[in-house]
Amino acid sequence: MSDRKIGDVILKAENISLSFGGVKALTDISLDVREHEIRAIIGPNGAGKSSMLNVINGVYTPQEGTITYRGEQRKDMNTYAAAASGIARTFQNIALFSGMSVLDNIMTGRNLKIKSSFVEQALWIGRARREEMENRKVVEEIIDFLQLQHVRKTPVARLPYGIKKRVELARALAAEPNMLLLDEPMAGMNVEEKQDMCRFVLDTNDQFGTTIVLIEHDMGVVMDISDRVAVLDYGKKIGDGTPDEVRNNPEVIKAYLGAH
Amino acid sequence: MIYRESGQYKTSYINDSQIFPIKQDRYAVLAFIAFAFLAVPFIATPYFFSAILIPFLIFSLAALGLNILTGYAGQISLGTAAFMAVGAFAAYNFMLRVPGMPILLAFILGGVCASMVGILFGLPSLRIRGFYLAASTLATQFFVVWCLTKVPWFTNYSSSGVITAQEVKILGFHFNTPEEKYLLVLAIVCVMALLAKNMVRSTVGRSWMAVRDMDVAAEVIGFRIMRTKLTAFAVSSFYCGVAGALFAYCYVGTVEPEAYNLDLSFRILFMVIIGGLGSILGSFLGAGFIVLLPIVLSYIVHVTGLPNSVTSNVELMVFGALIIFFLIVEPHGLARLWQVAKEKLRLWPFPH
Ligand SMILES: Nc1ncnc2c1ncn2[C@@H]1O[C@H](COP(=O)(O)OP(=O)(O)O)[C@@H](O)[C@H]1O
Ligand SMILES: [Mg+2]
Repeated sequence: MSDRKIGDVILKAENISLSFGGVKALTDISLDVREHEIRAIIGPNGAGKSSMLNVINGVYTPQEGTITYRGEQRKDMNTYAAAASGIARTFQNIALFSGMSVLDNIMTGRNLKIKSSFVEQALWIGRARREEMENRKVVEEIIDFLQLQHVRKTPVARLPYGIKKRVELARALAAEPNMLLLDEPMAGMNVEEKQDMCRFVLDTNDQFGTTIVLIEHDMGVVMDISDRVAVLDYGKKIGDGTPDEVRNNPEVIKAYLGAH
Repeated sequence: MIYRESGQYKTSYINDSQIFPIKQDRYAVLAFIAFAFLAVPFIATPYFFSAILIPFLIFSLAALGLNILTGYAGQISLGTAAFMAVGAFAAYNFMLRVPGMPILLAFILGGVCASMVGILFGLPSLRIRGFYLAASTLATQFFVVWCLTKVPWFTNYSSSGVITAQEVKILGFHFNTPEEKYLLVLAIVCVMALLAKNMVRSTVGRSWMAVRDMDVAAEVIGFRIMRTKLTAFAVSSFYCGVAGALFAYCYVGTVEPEAYNLDLSFRILFMVIIGGLGSILGSFLGAGFIVLLPIVLSYIVHVTGLPNSVTSNVELMVFGALIIFFLIVEPHGLARLWQVAKEKLRLWPFPH
């Protein structure tokens, strides 16, 4: 991992504040992400980690602050612009399309690559048919990469939890994102599933150079695989740095690590 | 052993994403269509054409339209008959007011008008869903029928509101007999079903299902919710509009607002529920079922010597029971039951 080249800052969130009615989910948070790195966000439940991801890809609009992504500064990201500029994500609570097969779920991840018009698709001619095949090929590669061959045609509603999480990762990867936001990808998994998921995340980062922002509770995993870790508590950032720095930060120890 | 997929390796994605990936299915469907075009005209009686086959096909098309909206895109609608009415009246007025209007073009334009009304009345779906959307489509239903009754221009100032549909004539050929009308309807329905199948197996169909299943995730992936929903309304209403025009021109022979009442909307909704939400085949199965049920029941009543008045009551009871059954036990309807049966058959006689 040491020869992996970490680039410049590609995402910078500055002074983000977000509240829901009276509840302050995020208070004046600044956070940057460098290209190709694995950036973890940790913190106790309700600390605002998911909210932060939601701000980054435009699901929530913060009351204060700005987001700069690849040199472009915005008051708020919108979900479409985020997807179009190469940000993909998974959700804390699995958000698959439950009525569709694994294959179709992953195919939806390719939708921004499809240029054929509605009429071409209805007639299944020329470009529509060709695109379907080309995208299908990419999806099959992802299926191989994440070892989902055996469930390719299964409706996702019938899959076990651990595999669903993996399908969600596959759907996000199908977009060939340059930044991947993962909201607790290993939560609720057994040791073996966690190891698999860990490997997939590392391989993704390694092979495709994908920048990864990861929320995770398992401290072992976080300290193992991340380049830098930000710590949130009650909507405030209380620590930020390499795993070692964070581990030795007294405030973090007091507020978070100490509690466990 | 006859119905097997083993040994048929998919050598390319083209094969795998074919409409019917399994060879036997493909041949069976082609054979079925060939039978419908080539053999049925020689077998069926005029009664069979006009009381069973033609309404079955037209209702299938309307059910397919509703299924696109409700089954695939997840937007409930109680206004199906209203979109059919728009299709019928638009086709009628195009035929009436544009000299030399070809009837097929009038059907298509009827569909386009229904589509536009569909988009207009689909706008609330961007804000509301579930029960509230149902209520708003119900308003569509009443508003459209009211409009067609109250604005005499639509009915060409006919005093009774009932108008005879113009003759169906394509390239000099007259479609007069039930058999000829059947063939015309069959051709249109086959083409439109094929187009629908293409839509649901490509990105547009996946966008509908994505929005239906989990709209936040769909948005994050880059689907545009508004465009997706309105496309579903447009396509669905187009199908219903064409079905409505065929209903007037090839089935009842008249154009009248009252034919397109709430009752019809519900009937088509039942077809979709019984046939299977989110299935093209299901639209046909549901329509077939609901067209045949009263006929079969009245036959049973006749054979068993019960009084005739029993038929309609039994029909209602059977309907009610079936709707409840399918809603609770098998929301994917007859289409799913059919699929399960096929899966069993595929492995038979070796279940492991
Ligand atoms: N959509 C929402 N509406 C209202 N409150 C919310 C919403 N999303 C998050 N919150 C609140 O914001 C705070 C942070 O939540 P969240 O970001 O989910 O925390 P975490 O992911 O760190 O567990 C919590 O108090 C939560 O109740
Ligand atoms: Mg969370």
